[in-house]
Amino acid sequence: MTEAAIQRGFSLLAQPSPASQRTPGTWARALFRTAVIAAGIAALLLTAPGRLHAQAECLACHADKTLQDANGHSVTVDGDHFGASVHGVFKCNDCHINIKEYPHPDQVVKVDCKKCHADEASGLTGSVHANAAEHPCMSCHGDAHSIFPKADSRSNVYPLNIPHTCGACHGNDGMAQKHGLASVFPSYMDSIHGFALSKEGLLVAANCQSCHGSHHILSHTNPESPTYKANIPKTCGSCHAKINDDYMGGAHGKAVAGGNLKAPVCTDCHTAHSILQPTEAAFRMQSTPICGSCHKDKLSTYHDTFHSQLGLLGGYVETARCWDCHGAHGILPASDPKSPIAPANLIATCGRCHNGANRSFVQYQPHANAHDRKLNPALYFIRLFMNLLLAGTLTFFLIHTLLWLIRARYNQIKKKTAEGDKNA
Amino acid sequence: MPDLEKVAANNTPPGGSPGRFFQRFTREQRYLHGVLFSTFLGLAGTGLPLRFSESIWARGLARGVGGFGAILFFHKLCAVVLTIAFLIHLKEIFTRGILHGEKGIFWGSTSMVANWKDVKDLVGHLRWFVGLGPKPEFERYAYWEKFDYWAVFWGMIVIGFSGYAMWFAPFFAHFLPGWALNAVLVIHSEEGLLAILFIFSIHFVNTHLRPDSFPMDMVVFTGVESEEEFKHKRPLEYERLAREGKLESRLGEAPQTWQVNFSKVIGFTAIFIGLTLLVLTLSAYFI
Repeated sequence: MTEAAIQRGFSLLAQPSPASQRTPGTWARALFRTAVIAAGIAALLLTAPGRLHAQAECLACHADKTLQDANGHSVTVDGDHFGASVHGVFKCNDCHINIKEYPHPDQVVKVDCKKCHADEASGLTGSVHANAAEHPCMSCHGDAHSIFPKADSRSNVYPLNIPHTCGACHGNDGMAQKHGLASVFPSYMDSIHGFALSKEGLLVAANCQSCHGSHHILSHTNPESPTYKANIPKTCGSCHAKINDDYMGGAHGKAVAGGNLKAPVCTDCHTAHSILQPTEAAFRMQSTPICGSCHKDKLSTYHDTFHSQLGLLGGYVETARCWDCHGAHGILPASDPKSPIAPANLIATCGRCHNGANRSFVQYQPHANAHDRKLNPALYFIRLFMNLLLAGTLTFFLIHTLLWLIRARYNQIKKKTAEGDKNA
Repeated sequence: MPDLEKVAANNTPPGGSPGRFFQRFTREQRYLHGVLFSTFLGLAGTGLPLRFSESIWARGLARGVGGFGAILFFHKLCAVVLTIAFLIHLKEIFTRGILHGEKGIFWGSTSMVANWKDVKDLVGHLRWFVGLGPKPEFERYAYWEKFDYWAVFWGMIVIGFSGYAMWFAPFFAHFLPGWALNAVLVIHSEEGLLAILFIFSIHFVNTHLRPDSFPMDMVVFTGVESEEEFKHKRPLEYERLAREGKLESRLGEAPQTWQVNFSKVIGFTAIFIGLTLLVLTLSAYFI
């Protein structure tokens, strides 16, 4: 064991817990824990080596790659690998506490990580993973003898590795699917966050634990969860600060802050895991029905317009969608002078697509309802007139032409049989 | 039901034995009809996916035309070509009717303008359908042909104006009220729909698919019709020309076989496209 290894062990153990669990109490506990471990290591170095098994002694047997326990499980330990790991500074029986001498008992006591990692263990209790069988720690942190600090790219919980770690259960045919949860790993990997992480290797890109936390992961139905609907703006806002400000100032943000959980939060429009770049055609195509799922009357009148007719056909994604006019995050009513649809701002808003938009042009009603006589009388009567013209003309001529067909055919047959005339 | 060969035999004398053929439409009129129906099919084919953009076939059709930019491009291209054809036609009427003072343009038996006889013909025709009277005899243009003409005339003004108002909305907004910008889409799509439904069902049957002309009246493609057909379909015009001694001046040449075949290919293609669009349109309502 080198001085460097001890230093690394200290510095890593002293690392703060994940941001979501950082409280003054945690800091104090982390400091205390470091002190206790440091004292323990100092004691180990000072005591006579005869009292405890040194690693070398254990490895005399456990380096053998064929070594198995009574149940046929491999009990091999790669000494070099373990030495390089975050726990490499410890002796084997720091964790395997019932092994005092050789030969050791056949039954070894299960390693209790909680002994040192009390905060993480208490976070885990009560979380969605509390019931994980055997070693919940190892499901995420990997092989017990090769655990690396989370800033080390070899770690299972290194930011760029986290999605794969979680995805092992939360992917297709994973454990989570067997429990009725969606397979979110592929959706995440194809999302803008997933691309940033997998393609660019962006360490700040949101990974699973950025939103869900790490040890104390709660169901989104739990009001304390960062993924609980009311908490989502704050969770996303921890990175997207300006958008969060805009959102909280808009109608949806105010409604959510006021306790109306029917109002949409970030994930309602952007989805939770399959988040797309909003300028992408796919997002522009999917966004309108999302707004329309609440604003049904507005969607139906939007469908009557050229904006929608062009937009629905796909491929041509430039036509105005809801948020092109209403704004995306800080949506404000037309009565608010800051709103893009406030009368004074309409020329600028429409003018973003329509060069030369003028005062008369912006009188166009993007949500006119030709079926509403009170709201749009001119349109109502024009539609009525056009429909009557259409129905009247077609009905008259359908009857006219059908009768004609029958009569002409009748005459033709009669003449043909009489004189073999080919032209009735 | 007369089959294809028999109808063709009306136009092409078998074995070259020359029946007489009479000119009904000039070359310019036939070209005008050609431009009219090809641009109309183009406008319908690119306009219907927009009108029924929620239908399953709309996206497929839009993609078939070449994606979305293409659909608008073709729609506008056809609109411009049709507008030019319409303006040429107006100029022709102006030249013949006003500059040259040709009376038959605006009034009388050769005019497209409706007259009292058309009303009587319509009533008489309807009575004949149900066996209440004799079959009326028609002049150069029968009442349903005049209706077709004016329907297209009115349609081009209404659809054209509302279309250009959408195309150049900020410009039209200078002299149209705000609600008119909403109204032009309703007008454009309803009138367009009327035109499509009318042409692809009523016009097709009245002019081409009815037993007298089945499966297609070739006269608008070849410009000529047989003496027999002329006498049968427009006895009053035939008698008038005979009376005035002008029958000879209307004599035309029998159409070449290639002309008839070429016309058939073009005509049947147009009818096939039209009927397909008609089925798609109706499916948007009933499926």
